[in-house]
Amino acid sequence: MEKKPVIQFENFGFQYFSQAAPTLYDINLTIYEGEKVLIVGPSGSGKSTIGNCLNGLIPFAYKGEITGSLKIDGVETKTSNIFELSQKVGTVLQDTDGQFIGLTVGEDIAFALENDCTEVEQMRETVQKVADIVDMGQLLKSSPFELSGGQKQRVSFAGVMVNDAKILLFDEPLANLDPATGKTAIDLIDKVWRETNRTVVIIEHRLEDVLYRDVDRIVVVSQGRIVADMSPDELMAANILPGLGIREPLYVTAMKYAGIEVTPEMKAGRMDTLDVEKIKDVLIKWNTEQTKKKEKEERPVILEAEHLSFRYNKNRRILKDVSFTIREGEMVSIVGTNGAGKSTLAKVICGFAPEEEGDIKFKGKSLKGQTIKERASYISYVMQNPNQMICKPMIYDEVALGLRLNGVPEKEVEERVDKALKICGLNKFKKWPVSALSFGQKKRVTIASMLVMNPQILILDEPTAGQDYHHYTEIMEFLKSLNDQGVTIVMITHDMHLMLEYTPHAIVIHGGEKIGDATAVEILTNEEIATKASLKITSLYELAIKAGIENPTGFVQNFIDYERGHHHA
Amino acid sequence: MKDKIFDYVEKDNVIYNLSGLSKLICFICMTSAVMYSYDIRFVVCVMIISLGFFKLAEIKFSQIKMMLIYVVIFLGMNFALTFLFNPTYGTEIYGTTHELFRFNSHFIVTAEQMVYQITKTSKYASVVPLGMIFLLTTNPSEFASSLNRVGISYKGTYAVSLTLRYFPDTARDYNDIALAQQSRGLDLSKKEKLGTRIKNIINICVPLIFGTLDRIEMITNAMDLRGFGKHKKRTWYVAKPLKKNDYIAIAFSVAILVAALVLGMAVNGSRFWNPFV
Repeated sequence: MEKKPVIQFENFGFQYFSQAAPTLYDINLTIYEGEKVLIVGPSGSGKSTIGNCLNGLIPFAYKGEITGSLKIDGVETKTSNIFELSQKVGTVLQDTDGQFIGLTVGEDIAFALENDCTEVEQMRETVQKVADIVDMGQLLKSSPFELSGGQKQRVSFAGVMVNDAKILLFDEPLANLDPATGKTAIDLIDKVWRETNRTVVIIEHRLEDVLYRDVDRIVVVSQGRIVADMSPDELMAANILPGLGIREPLYVTAMKYAGIEVTPEMKAGRMDTLDVEKIKDVLIKWNTEQTKKKEKEERPVILEAEHLSFRYNKNRRILKDVSFTIREGEMVSIVGTNGAGKSTLAKVICGFAPEEEGDIKFKGKSLKGQTIKERASYISYVMQNPNQMICKPMIYDEVALGLRLNGVPEKEVEERVDKALKICGLNKFKKWPVSALSFGQKKRVTIASMLVMNPQILILDEPTAGQDYHHYTEIMEFLKSLNDQGVTIVMITHDMHLMLEYTPHAIVIHGGEKIGDATAVEILTNEEIATKASLKITSLYELAIKAGIENPTGFVQNFIDYERGHHHA
Repeated sequence: MKDKIFDYVEKDNVIYNLSGLSKLICFICMTSAVMYSYDIRFVVCVMIISLGFFKLAEIKFSQIKMMLIYVVIFLGMNFALTFLFNPTYGTEIYGTTHELFRFNSHFIVTAEQMVYQITKTSKYASVVPLGMIFLLTTNPSEFASSLNRVGISYKGTYAVSLTLRYFPDTARDYNDIALAQQSRGLDLSKKEKLGTRIKNIINICVPLIFGTLDRIEMITNAMDLRGFGKHKKRTWYVAKPLKKNDYIAIAFSVAILVAALVLGMAVNGSRFWNPFV
């Protein structure tokens, strides 16, 4: 049977009116009915722009100049309109909160139907049916505040499925989800794809997580052009991802470290299909060759929590008897599901919320009774979204704000700001406005504005959320360099790569209790803890098991040590 | 918590189960009736009825405490100011003078003035509970849908319901930003001078406003992508079909409005009821 094309880009180009150069050049891409295609690329590569061209936000909400042609289901998009396109392409945006329009689950799912003037009776029926598909049928009356990130995303799925769009477009569906929820999301997309025969386009940079389920093709975008369009197995063998700032699956990297040349025949596109028979011996040999790193000497304790408890009100206890110690100069990750209590833990440490029972000690001295401001002189807290922290238009003023508020003389202010900007690699931007910076640079500004206060501990909430591999590495290497200069760094995260690669010490919070406190490698190879905390066993571990390596946890540790030794030294 | 003020709490009782549309009609009819009539007998009747509805709606005192305080202050001030500006207005209306006592030759307290002012205050006092019932017992989306059903453009009414939807988010953002800024030494407590405090609050509002603008762009896109504004009309998932109780309620409130008009035009001969003749 002839395959029917549903998306056809022909010599397509696009330039935003607000920008000097085109964002997309010469795109030629055909996607056929019923295909599942993954579009990957680093931030700024133009992959999101491709998505916006498909759903009609371009050119109807974001104006610009289109060259060439894009046909969706045979209709040229330029001459169509956003409503017609929304009937053909259902879009799930990455922000699960922002696209939740209704006040309840039912209303949100019904939104598209309401706009189509569907009768109430029929609407209720359709909503119930679709909600059942995504397992939200029991929660139609819940408000968005009662839902987890994963549940909100299910609602968004249902919201685009109601109007029978032929094409489903997922724009970074994994961005705000923890690893286990992300896995469920990929499963759900797969289920919808198989059961309803729709065409699915996924835009994502977390390649390994998407490849957990089958994908027909992967389209790689870089600098506004398509640089590869092939099957996952071929792509893994093609060795083009590392040069583009996209992270290949960790097990593939491990194979390469071991000196294995990946070929399409190995079926490395998915862990499940990977053929380890031929490469087993090489992996085992590599593993035994690695030497164990020396244990670091024990440093003095800098922060100590003793039996911390906290509750917002009588019924909701957020933290239950949490104790841990963090040593000077450590890099620690605090992990757990959304709502597990990890953000609350950070807030209690900073004094934003009062501890109910227990104590926090800084260098052996209790912080009890100390105000936010007093604690802030040794512990700084950096919020996830730099846009939520920056309140001055100029970089210099922003970094100087804390010092000025504390009445530091202007001469000293300048010295300290200069120093902080230098550490953060921002000295050449000293006189620039904040608005000229990228997201990652803004993040550095917020860190600089904390560093001027000379904190000894820096607590960061999701420092790399929403960043591609390139920016992730940039931020993390910067934090590592701060750490090397003696600042103790605590990160709240659910990024497993971050845990593995940068934080030797991980604390796991679940349901307000500490359920794990060990090296990140041990946590991510412990099935029980990983499941509870909504993490995922790392694919390195699975590879080691598959290859029959005796000590799989040791293999993961060797990988991390090897990587640090060869790439970041 | 701040974000509890506008929280709509779902309950199951006669008032909650009425359709938003009939509640809106009742509210408009009864308010117009009370606004029209200056007959204290009638106004007090409506006040008793509206307090009865209040009871039926099972609204908790804690939900309305703040609002109630403002209302009482407003009514008190209104009462005093009405007297101060025109202490003889009652006499002008009713045409007689029954002096009760006098502060001086200008500020004379008459029975007429008192009747007039008490009537006026009771008018407000009977409208306020009606407004509160309508706001607190109507699901915000249904509120938007009922405004739309009486003829207001749905794009406008949807803006109202979106504001209600995102208010708690914004309140939470404000709290988070405030805490983070406090750790940099921004003092928001009463220890700081008022001027500095206001300046500090502005410092918090800058990121809040930018964040809100980003969010608005995203919501607009999300709504466009799901066909908002495609047709002149739209339907509402939350719209409740009118039931027997709705018709009874509408009929009842229309009857009250008619009673007010009949009382004014046929019985009293004017909007005022004159107890002094």
